[in-house]
Formats: sequence, structure tokens, C-alpha cells
Amino acid sequence: MEKMTRVSSTISGCTMFCHLDAPANAISVCRDATQVVVAGRNIFKIYGLEEDAFVERLNLRVGRKPSLNFSCADVMWHQMEENLLATAATNGAVVTWNLARPCRNKQEQLFTEHKRTVNKVCFHPTEVNMLLSGSQDGFMKCFDLRKKESVSTFSGQSESVRDVQFSIKDYFTFAASFENGNVQLWDIRRPDRYERMFTAHTGPVFCCDWHPDDRGWLATGGRDKMVKVWDMSTNRVKEIYCVQTIASVARVKWRPERRYHLATCSMMVDHNIYVWDVRRPFIPFATFEEHRDVTTGIVWRHQHDPYFLLSGSKDSTLYQHMFKDASRPVDRANPEGLCFGLLGDLAFAAKESLMSAPQSVGDVGRKTYPGGDRRYPIFFFKKPDVTEQFAQVSSALSVFESEAGSGVGMDWFINTAQSYLLSGKPFVELCEHNAQVAKRLNRPQESTTWTMLRIMFSEPANPSLSSNHNLNKSGNLPLVNSFSMKEMSAALNERNKENRQDNLHSLETNLNNNDENEETEGSEGQAEYLFGDAELDDDDLYSMEHENQAAEEPEYLLPQEAFPLRHEIMDHPSAPEPVQEKPESPHVSGSEAESTCLTPMESFSLISVSQLLFSPHLPPKFFCPIVKEMLCYYAEQGDVQMAVSVLIVLGDRIRKEIDELTQEHWYMSYIDLLQRFELWNVSNEVIKLSTCGPIMCLNQASTTLHINCSNCKRPMSNRGWICDRCHQCASVCAVCHHVVKGLFVWCQGCSHGGHLEHMMEWLKQSRHCPAGCGHLCEYT
Amino acid sequence: MKEEAGVDQPQTLPSGPSAFIPIEEILDEGAAQEVMSEALLSEGRVDHINTMMGLHPTYQTCFQRTHNALLQLDGPLPLSWRHFIIILASARHQCSYLVQHHSSAFLLAGGDESWLRGLHCAPPKIQRLQTLNKLLAHRPWIITQEHIQELVCPGAEARWSLAELIQAIVLMSHAHSLASFVWGCGVLPEPEQSGDESLQMCSPTESCCARDKARNQQEWSEAVNEVKLLMEKMMIVQQQGEEFTQEEMVTRFERERTESLLEPADVQRSVLPDCFSRFVVDADFTYQDFSPRGVQAPPTMRAQDYSWEDHGFSLMNRLYGEMAQLLDEKFQVVCALTYNTMAMHSHVDTSTLRKAIWNYIHCIYGIRYDDYNYGEVNQLLERSLKVYVKTVACHPEKTTPRMYFSFWRQFRHSEKVHVNLLLMEARLQAALLYALRAITRYMT
Repeated sequence: MEKMTRVSSTISGCTMFCHLDAPANAISVCRDATQVVVAGRNIFKIYGLEEDAFVERLNLRVGRKPSLNFSCADVMWHQMEENLLATAATNGAVVTWNLARPCRNKQEQLFTEHKRTVNKVCFHPTEVNMLLSGSQDGFMKCFDLRKKESVSTFSGQSESVRDVQFSIKDYFTFAASFENGNVQLWDIRRPDRYERMFTAHTGPVFCCDWHPDDRGWLATGGRDKMVKVWDMSTNRVKEIYCVQTIASVARVKWRPERRYHLATCSMMVDHNIYVWDVRRPFIPFATFEEHRDVTTGIVWRHQHDPYFLLSGSKDSTLYQHMFKDASRPVDRANPEGLCFGLLGDLAFAAKESLMSAPQSVGDVGRKTYPGGDRRYPIFFFKKPDVTEQFAQVSSALSVFESEAGSGVGMDWFINTAQSYLLSGKPFVELCEHNAQVAKRLNRPQESTTWTMLRIMFSEPANPSLSSNHNLNKSGNLPLVNSFSMKEMSAALNERNKENRQDNLHSLETNLNNNDENEETEGSEGQAEYLFGDAELDDDDLYSMEHENQAAEEPEYLLPQEAFPLRHEIMDHPSAPEPVQEKPESPHVSGSEAESTCLTPMESFSLISVSQLLFSPHLPPKFFCPIVKEMLCYYAEQGDVQMAVSVLIVLGDRIRKEIDELTQEHWYMSYIDLLQRFELWNVSNEVIKLSTCGPIMCLNQASTTLHINCSNCKRPMSNRGWICDRCHQCASVCAVCHHVVKGLFVWCQGCSHGGHLEHMMEWLKQSRHCPAGCGHLCEYT
Repeated sequence: MKEEAGVDQPQTLPSGPSAFIPIEEILDEGAAQEVMSEALLSEGRVDHINTMMGLHPTYQTCFQRTHNALLQLDGPLPLSWRHFIIILASARHQCSYLVQHHSSAFLLAGGDESWLRGLHCAPPKIQRLQTLNKLLAHRPWIITQEHIQELVCPGAEARWSLAELIQAIVLMSHAHSLASFVWGCGVLPEPEQSGDESLQMCSPTESCCARDKARNQQEWSEAVNEVKLLMEKMMIVQQQGEEFTQEEMVTRFERERTESLLEPADVQRSVLPDCFSRFVVDADFTYQDFSPRGVQAPPTMRAQDYSWEDHGFSLMNRLYGEMAQLLDEKFQVVCALTYNTMAMHSHVDTSTLRKAIWNYIHCIYGIRYDDYNYGEVNQLLERSLKVYVKTVACHPEKTTPRMYFSFWRQFRHSEKVHVNLLLMEARLQAALLYALRAITRYMT
């Protein structure tokens, strides 16, 4: 041992690779770590490991037409005898090779006892002449190299053997892993029966490896993407560690001199080699990312040197990886975590060194809760282990709680979600309703938006003035009609100013009432636009319309603060509309001029709007870009509720303007929010009303109804109408005595029932239960 | 309940479920009453495919589970699309049974009726599957990563996600192999599917009853001898440990692969009936015999390099987990299925025979097992069986009753159905392996 360690210290090298002619299936190193053999379907070569390069030493694949015996599934270099190699061939042959043979063909012995592909060969670690093989045909055979035939055969009971490994510490023991997920332990002296067997994985166990130092530890890797470490030293085999990887595990190799480290590579899809610390199963300790196709063979260069790893791959390269060049995922990992609570709480965990820099650093157990309260308990603390090479990360957890009743509270969200109407009424009424809901909840901006939407999309659809009247429901339309265009515009201009002052006044009161308002206004430029004069005009314009209604329907009163009703102003609101609606305005140019003189104090966007207000044909489409922008704005602001609600209410009017993915994204976010607030009904309504395919599908999948049999009261597993256990039809129609497969209607009094139409017919004639139980059934 | 099941089975119908197998025989052998009543209850009736598979209840349960999972449970593709893909796939093998069955299922699932007017009416995204469908059905070994890339590549119009694609691939190969089963067992159309003139094509041209009566004593004893001979061969194959050169093994594989077994088609079915042609593009593309060695044969796929157990499953598990489990189970069941009987003999180890059939099918699909001696195929599978197997696996629409009756004359019908199950699954696995290999290459 001492000698070997010294040898290892002389190993040097760097990360290097060489191209092979063909994909490799397996590799193995000789004991003194100076040469490596690569075997595959079309390659069988020995490379010397030089300081900075691989040097081809020998090509064992000789002959004009190499036989299938050269097509290797596995290869192993004897660890005692440096001239001896064994290969497992895909055609079922086990071949040994003697490098000391003088001729070109180094093949020494050929065993063709296996019927199927041999998956693995393994030399005994200390016994020179003992070779073990495991094959697809379910047999393991032990060969004595001095004899022509196998000395003993072990039957795995017809299941394919994927790996065989001699125990390093126990002379007589070997482990075999099987395609059905089992691992068996055998005593080499007893071929009749395995010593013990346990199920290690679901699906094939592709590989296993004995721990070089710990007598009872066996690592196994399987198709189920797990690496498990088993302790065999106890009476019951115990799983002591488990690492979940991202792909089927093809090979596993313990790292020399590092008790808890092992290297794995995967069978498919993932090309990297990982070195795990089994105690830290969530993140690889080190990763080698050089290969471009799946890695098929890994081996540590020297059995006492943990710094050199060799690997062969399907991409036809052979690599020597230096441990110091490995990438360490831990370093790149983010030990920070951030999570929002439902009600605006924020939890934040970060490296303690970052968090507590200004405070005392040495105190490991301390937690900081800047700004929040300290109700939250400290979670786990792992004792730092000096043998672990993992960077010790201690994190501080901070919880920021939102103040109860503060603006961040989500009550408005719940209220809004519950009160908004999304369908079932004409578009105009929906908008009105929603505007009022928003208003009631002190959300003037949203309220305004709804009103705006109503204007934009309801009337243009009917360009004639008369239909407009109906929609407006305003009592003084004849008056509007009597206005001449010019007159109206003039009046508009004049009174608008007057009006605006009033409006501004009302806005201010509004603002004062509004808790959030300052925040909202300050946060975004666009918010200001929305609160801008023009919008405000419209807002009040329409709130005044509501007043009109209120006047007509006395019981319908709108709370309207600081804005006394005045009759002259009431004409105004409707004034811009006829202009807007008028198909051909004779005064277009004049109106435009007036509108520009009307707008100097208004924002740019309004100018464009007001100019176009006068254009002869105003298709609803014209507003789409603005509305789209508005929706995006709301979504950006985090008010996805508004975006989705508007989307649903507007329906086809806007849907085509916004690309499907964005829509889907909004829907998903809103539905997610609704579900987190347990607003199932609303979320369901939203799903139902959505026009996105993927969203609508949400309600059509994964719905399971669990029902119990009415006879034996046990759950009915597969069919809705027949019980597996008592073989009775659970729901029989009381009228026709056939099984009901569709709608089943039943009386809640006597629980008899049947086909809907049969019951309806029956009850036309009789009031008694059709089952004859005498109950006077009631159906509503 | 069981009586009810019996009553409702379509035995009263004159035709029965199969053109080849008398209904009495199915009912006699049907140890599957339990399974059948299961299917009866779920579907309201037992369709003919299920009746036939009911001869092998263990497999039928497993098949039905996969079938339902594929068509009904959660998956990336919409339900109606799945049926439409099945229609496309089965139309390639002119299987009117499946086309009709899934056309109505397609409409039930809310599919757009106009799609049924033809492939050109379906969305472009589905149309783009056409090439893959064609290759999977007839020459899966041609599938390369470019085919996958074409469909999956981002930026392309109507692109397929890998998850969708894998489901579509499973659906297509499932339908292709099911079409083999339908043709191979001579499954007759369901009673309600009548009315289409094209259906007449799949009804038998020869009466099976006539054949039964004509079977005279001499033929019978001949047949009995054949079974004995076959069993002896199996014994020999099982025991012999002869060693062959690589050369010899390759030759044997190639011989099996290239052997031309198809009887010259007496009637050239040049024009495809409209009910298929509207779903089929490039109808002339069919299975092609591997040309004899040397003449630019496509490379064989080595089973050791890409196997279902190791590679196929791992990839499928990643992309479509449930299906991987179900298929894995189905393959295991079908490979292990045996009653240790052969014709009139019982307690026979049929594993070599089953292996030979399985490997023969993989062989004609270009998959080679290094560790298998293809000489066994030659010894165990008589020529008429090979003709049948190759026809059903590669050109199912050309199956004739004569082929069905001429192999294994003295074997039970259920054993012939067993052959069909092996055939169907081997074919499915072969197609999947090629497709999955292409995906693997695309991903790496």
C-alpha cells in the first residue's frame, strides 16, 4: 500500500483527450496507471498515458475481417497481472488476451459458453486466475484461466445479468445486478444458490461497485435514475444513501481515497460525468462536461489517486480529466432563495456572510429578520463536517411581512375577482358593472378603464346616431341632436374648461380618499396619463351618465362625491360622442382645429385620440393598439386580473391583437393567483370563458370522479356503473331497470332514480317512487 | 354477469370477429371471459380486436391499458388529434377497420368533420407528420435526425414539441402494428361499420369452413409429423453449442433479411380506394426488401448499440414517462407469454421458437442481434410461416387467407393469434427503436 501511494504521487498530467476511431464501450487501466485499454464494437486499443498526451501503444484488433469476438461490451485489465486482459463480446464470447504473446494476435483464450451477449467481465482482485462473467442469458460463470472451461455457473433465474463485481475485501463474495432490479450476493464456492438478494431499483440495475475501503458498502445505479448506496454488513441490507440523477445511471465508480465520493455517468441523453458526495445528494460535487455524446466508461486512473479520471465515450474520444479542472456546480449554485407569500409577505434567504456583514460574523446560529418580526423558527443546522469538502453555506432567512391592512393587502383582488362580471350580459352592461365594482373598491383607474372600453367598443359598432341614443339611455339626447356641430364644439370648448375645473376638483377629493393613489400615480408615467385630464373628462363624463340613469331610476344611486349635479353640464358628456359617431361630419377641419385648441394642456396621446375622434369612420379596430398597450401595461404592473378580465369581456374585439402566448401567460398567472386564493369558482369561470386552447384544456383533463358502489359501499375502481367486487350494477334506472350510463337523477328522499327522461315521464303520471318504495318523490 | 357478456357478444352475427377463425373456436378457447366482460363493461361491447386478443387475456389487459392511456389519458396532444393520427397511420396499411373505428372516435372526441375529407383539410402541423408516418410504416430504418429536426426545429411553422412528437410517434407505430394484427388475424369490420363498399376488400376471398372440411386424414397426419419435426429441431437448437465464424453469422443474417418471400402479387392494387387515398401521400412508398449484400444496403442496427431496455426506455421515460412504463410492461408480457404448449403437445419450452419469430421480424426490419444465430430462424420457421410473418409485418394489406391457413396447419388458432401478437409487438418495437434513435441523435 505504501508503495502504491508513492507511485500515485508520481502521477502527473493534465486534462487531455485523444480521438478514437470509433465509439468506445468500456475502458480499463492497468495497475500502474500508465496505460489504458479502450474497447468498443469497432475498436480495441491500448493507449499509453504520457505527461500531456495519449499515445497509441497497441491495436489488438487484428486480422483482415475481425470477428465478432472483437466487438466488446466490456473490458477489464487484470490488477495483478499486467499483461492480462479480458473482454466481454456482444456475441456471448469471453476472451482473454495476453500482451506478452510474441505474435500480433494477443488472444489467449476463448470461452463461448454464454448464449447471449456478455455484459460484464471481472477479474478477481487478488486471485490471478479467476475471472467472472455476467451475461444477458441470465448466467454468471466463473472461469479458471488455467482451464478450458468454466469452473462454476451461477444462475440468476433467467433474468439478464447487467454487472458483476468481486468484493474487494471479501475473498469469496461477488455481487451481481440484474435487469429486473434485483441485486444478488453470491459466494464463489456455492454455485447452487445466492447468499442474499434484495430489490435495489425499479427497472434494470445497470451497474454496481464495491466501496474500496468500507467492507459492506455497495453502490448501485439503475435505469430509474438513482444511485443507491447499500450497507451489506448488517443482517438486513439497508439503503444508506440515495442520489437522484437526471438520467439512467450507466456506470458508478467510487472515488479513491474519498470515502463519500463516487463518480457516475449516464446511459442516455446526459453526457456529463458527475462526482457526487453521497451525503449531499442534491447537487453534484464536481462535473466533467467535456464529452459530446454519452459517456460509456469511467475509471479512476489509479486506485489510490483521487485526482485523475479517465473516460471513454460514444463520441469517439478518450479523456483524462483532472479534478482541479472540474466544474463545481456548488460554486455556481445560488444559495439565495426568495419567495412571495400569498398576502404580500416576502421570505428571503441568503448567505449569511452577505446578510450579516456589518454585524458579528462568527455567530453561526443567528438569524436576521430585518424589518419583519421574529416569529419564524430557525430551521436546520448541519454541523460542519471537516471531512466534507463542500463549501459550508449558512444562510440567513429574512421574512418581510406586509403590514396588516396596508396597501399591499389583497382584499381588493378577492373582492374584484368575486364581483366582476365577465359574461352573461351585453358588453355595455358588463363594462358598466365592472366600472362600478372598481369604483366601489376605490380603484378609480380601473373604473375609468372600464368606462373607456365601453365607449370605445360599444358605440362604433353602430355608427348611426339613433342607435347611439339607445345605448346612452340618456334623457337629453334630443337636445344634443339640436346642437349644430359648430355650436356644439364651441360650447364644448368653453364648457369643457369650466367643467374641467370641476373635474379636477373632484379628482382631488377622489385622490384624498384613495390610499393607494399616491403610490399609483408616482409609480409610472403612464399612470399619469391615465389620470390625465382627457381621461378624467371621460370618466366624469360617464359618471355623469350614470347620474342620468340615477335620475331616471331613483333607486339606483351612485355615490358621487363633491360633484353636484348641474343640468348644463349634462349635455356635455354626450357631446363628444355624437361627433365621434357622426359618419360624415361637415366640419371635420373646423372640429379638428377646435380640438387642437382644446388639447394644448393635454398629453400627447390624447391629441392623437381627440384628433381621430373626428374621423368619419371610426372602426373599433382603431382602438385596439391602445387597448393592447393598456392591457400590457396592467399586466406589467402586476394587475393581471385587469388584463384578463378585459380580455374576456372584450372577447373577439381584442383577442386577435394580442398574441396567443401572451394571452396564455396572462390567463395562467391569473388562474394561478385565483387558485392560491382558493377562488375556485372564479378560476373555473375564467377557464371556461378563455379562448386560449391550452387554457380551455385545463378543465378537460385530469378530472376524476371517485364513486362508491351503492351496494357494497366500496369504491368502484374502473367503471362508473358496475362494481368489481359485488358485480352489481350500481346505478340502475328504477323505471326501465337498465344501467344508467349518462345522467342519473335521483330523489334525495329515497335515493331511487334513473334516466332523466324516464323519471320525467314517470312523474307525469305518478307521484310515487317508481321503485315502489312508497316514497312520494320530489324532483325540482 | 358472465351470461350477459356471452349474450352480448357478437356471436349471433353471421360473420363473427375474424375471417380466418370460426367464432365457435374463439369462444371455446376463450379463457378470457373475465377480460371480455371487462371490456364489455367499459366500452359497452367487445370489439373484434378485443375478442381476438381475448384469447390471450394477460396480454389483452396489458394492451388495453396501453391503448387507453395512449388515446384517453393525459397527454400533450388533444384527444381528437390522437384519433386523427391513428387514422392517418392505419390508412397507410389500408386498414379500413381502424380508419372507420377512429373516424367515429375522432368525431366523438370533438374533431372537426372537415378533416375527414382528407389530409389536405387537416392543419398543416398534422400534415407535416406525413413523411414520418410513411417512414415509420414502411422503412423505419431511413428515419434520421433530420426528419426529427424538421418537425421540432424552432422557428419552423407549426412546430412540434418533443413531447408531442413522441406521442405522435407512439400513436403511429401503435396504429401500424395494430393494422398488422387486424390484417394478420383477418379481423372483420364491426357490424355497424358496414355500408362502405371498400369494406368488402377485407372479407375473405376463400371460405374457411370449406377448408376445414377438406382437411382429410392424410393431410392431418402429415401435419402431426410436421409438429414433431419442429419440436425435434427446437431441441437440437437448444442443445447445440456449435461455433460459427463471424462470416457465417453475417451471411445467415443477411440471408434471412434479404430472402424474397412475397408471392408475386396476382392483382396489382394500383389504385387506392378513396377512403384511404385521401389520408395518404405517396402511396407507392412501401416496404422494400433489403437488397442483397453489396448493393448499398442500409446499415444494420445493432441491438446491442440501441436496445429498448437500455436506451429506448430511458429516452421515452424522459419524454413520455407513463407510456414508457406501459410499453415496457407490454413488451415484457408479450416476450414472456407462453402456455408451454404446441399444437397437441404440452409442457414444451417454446422460448426458442418465440425468440426466432421475434428476431426474424427484427431481422427483416434490419435489427441484428450479435448474440443470435440466425441459422435458428431458418431451421425453426418453415417457409410458409416466414411468408406469412413477413407479409403481415411488412405488407399487411396483402395478407390472404391462404397464407394464414398454410402455415402451422395443425396448430390452434389461439397459437396463430399468439404469433400475431409477437409480430405486432416486435414490429412496434423496431419502429420505435429507429424513431427513438433518431431523436437521441437529434438531442445530442
